[in-house]
Parts: sequence; structure tokens; C-alpha cells
Amino acid sequence: MAKKESTFTNMVLTLFLVTLIASTALALVYEVTKGPIAEAKRIKKMNAISEVVPEFDNDPGSEMKKLGLDKDTLYFYHARMGDELSGIAVESFTNLGFSGLVRIMVGFLPDGSIHDISVLEHAETPGLGDKIIKSKSFDKNTGLSWSSQFKGKNPEHFILKVKKDDGEVDAITAATITSRAFCDAVQRAYNGLLVLGSEADDDK
Amino acid sequence: MDQWKNFSKGFFKENAVFVLLLGLCPTLGVTTSAVNGLGMGLATTFVLLMSNIVVSLIKKFIPDKVRIPSYIVIIASFVTIVELVMQAYVPDLFAALGIFIPLIVVNCLVLGRAEAFASKNNVFTAAVDGLGMGLGFSMALTVLGAVREILGSGSIFGWKFLPGDGMIVFVLAPGAFLVLGYLIVIVNKINKKEA
Repeated sequence: MAKKESTFTNMVLTLFLVTLIASTALALVYEVTKGPIAEAKRIKKMNAISEVVPEFDNDPGSEMKKLGLDKDTLYFYHARMGDELSGIAVESFTNLGFSGLVRIMVGFLPDGSIHDISVLEHAETPGLGDKIIKSKSFDKNTGLSWSSQFKGKNPEHFILKVKKDDGEVDAITAATITSRAFCDAVQRAYNGLLVLGSEADDDK
Repeated sequence: MDQWKNFSKGFFKENAVFVLLLGLCPTLGVTTSAVNGLGMGLATTFVLLMSNIVVSLIKKFIPDKVRIPSYIVIIASFVTIVELVMQAYVPDLFAALGIFIPLIVVNCLVLGRAEAFASKNNVFTAAVDGLGMGLGFSMALTVLGAVREILGSGSIFGWKFLPGDGMIVFVLAPGAFLVLGYLIVIVNKINKKEA
């Protein structure tokens, strides 16, 4: 099979054409999928927020507030039912996980107490640290998971540390580091909420 | 070229994972469950099929000295297309496969078939080869993923049939190597019998 000669011009021309056609095709696919990708991300966010705050009828994603903290950012989503504030979902994180980054969504009620928490992202050990996820630590008999112990607690007086560190949180057996990291993330969310609250008061 | 033999060799005689031992990085990393293995296998099959076709179509126009860079650009483009389409239409599978989707580009199986087969055969033969090798790869990944899921999580394709935790080691890296090793033994035994 006679191939084209590997002259300088031929090589440059071929590579140019191949990359030109490739980039055009990619640009097209990118344009076509841009909409669906953004929509998929929006739905994922809405689901994460609905999991942790009481019923709402607005679009919390469109009212997102940011707060730069510890080289990363916290995101705040206000969920409202009509004119009333149902709750505030805070996207928080910690870098102290056993395998590094853990991202959670904490739902606070307007009085500052925790309504619910869900895990967005983690790399903790399966069977141990991953019990922070509700489905992995779900007990059929009680209907509760490990993170259920945070529900209804207000970090104003509830000490967000594991019992080993003189706190009030029951750590996961054999997963103290992950449990500590989880508390760290929840505390960060609450601290951010306080800063946001005081900023809002300053604006008034 | 016997096209049936061309197509079926990818399943047992020349299975990418169990015989050729190519593309083991995604094989071991992604197969924590059957559906992950299947998803990855199908994504790779798409890339294999399309890149084999394109490489075979333009083989006469590419100067020898720049064939590898050209093949890689073609392969990478199809992988990016798969990535964008998955992100848009199956975001949960996309999140589960994570970084292994872009790694399809460096899957030795894809570049290997382009260089060793597609650049030396006509379009139809190359397409059949791509499809056969890709589906054989998918079968291997699905079987590996299923075994690891059954032993490690007590479920199959997400349907949990055993309560509680399984043998966690099978969901982690060492388990992947163990199961793969035994599957290679089984496939080699099957191939020997047929020979």
C-alpha cells in the first residue's frame, strides 16, 4: 500500500488538516452538549439541596451566595416557601478526610439547627469511612444512619467534635479520622453561616 | 478475511484483557461493579470502532513519520466526544467512571488496533475488528465487575441480594488483581480446549 511520502510539507499539511478537522468536530459536539450538561448539573444541585432542607418552591441555585474560606469556597443556597425562609443549604468541605477531600451539603433551619446532611463527594474507605453516607450506615430496625445523630442539633451549643475529643458526636467505629473530618466540614458550614448572617446584618 | 473469525476473536482467542493483557489500567480501576464495567467497555468500544474506521479511511493520506501523532489526535477526539455525550446524557455513570474516561485515550488496546490492524486493512474489516475487540473488552470488564460486585458488595447490577457488607477486599485494588488472575486462568483453559 503506497503511503504518502514523509516530506516536510506533507507531514505539516497532514497534521494541520487532522487537527483542524478534529477541533471543528469537537467544537460542534461541545456546542450541542453544552445545554444538556448545564441542565444535568443544575438538577444534581437541586436534588442535593432538596435532600437537606425542608420543602421549598423557589430555585435556590439561582440565589447562590459564595464565601471564600481556607483556600476554598463555601456555597449558600437559600430555600424559600413563598416569602418564608425554609432553610439554608451550605455546600461545605474538609481536607482532613482519611483520603483527603470530603464535600457535604448541610441543611440548616432558620434558627441555626441542622435539618439534614448529605455527602456530595468523598474517597473514604469502603466499609469504614464511607458510612458517612446514609445508605451505607442505614439500620433497617431504627430507620437511622450514622449522620442522623446530627439532625435537630444546633451547633451553637452542640459541640461538633467526636467524643474522644470531648465532643458530643459518636464516631464511626474504626473510622475516627473520617468522623473527625465530617465534624470539621459541618463546623465549617456553621461558621460560614454565621459570617453570612453577620454580613447580611451589616448590609441592613 | 473470514469476517466472523475477525469479529469473534475479540471474545476469547484474542481477548484484550484475558489474552492480550492490554488496557489493564481501566480494567482494574473501574470494575468495582458490573454496570461500571459495562459502561466503560461500551465507551471504549465506541472509540475503538470509530477510530478504526477513520484510521482505515485515511491510511493512504498520512505520511509514515506522523502516523502515531495523527492516530492519537483522532482517538483523543473520539474520547472527548464520548466524554461530553456521557456528561450530558448519563451524568451518574460519568461521575462513577470519573477520570477513567479520558484515560481511554492511552488504553493500549485502542492505539494498538489502530496501528497494527486498521492502518493495514480496509474499512469494513477494520470496523469489524474494532467492534469485536471492543465487545470482547466490554464482556471482560462486565464479568470482572460482576464478580467483584457479587463478592464485594453482595449485589449485582445494583440489586442487593445479600444484606450487610460483602468481602470488602474485592472492591479494593488487591481484589481486582486476584479476580483478574483467576479469570485469566479460566479463559486460557477454555482456549486450550478449543485449540
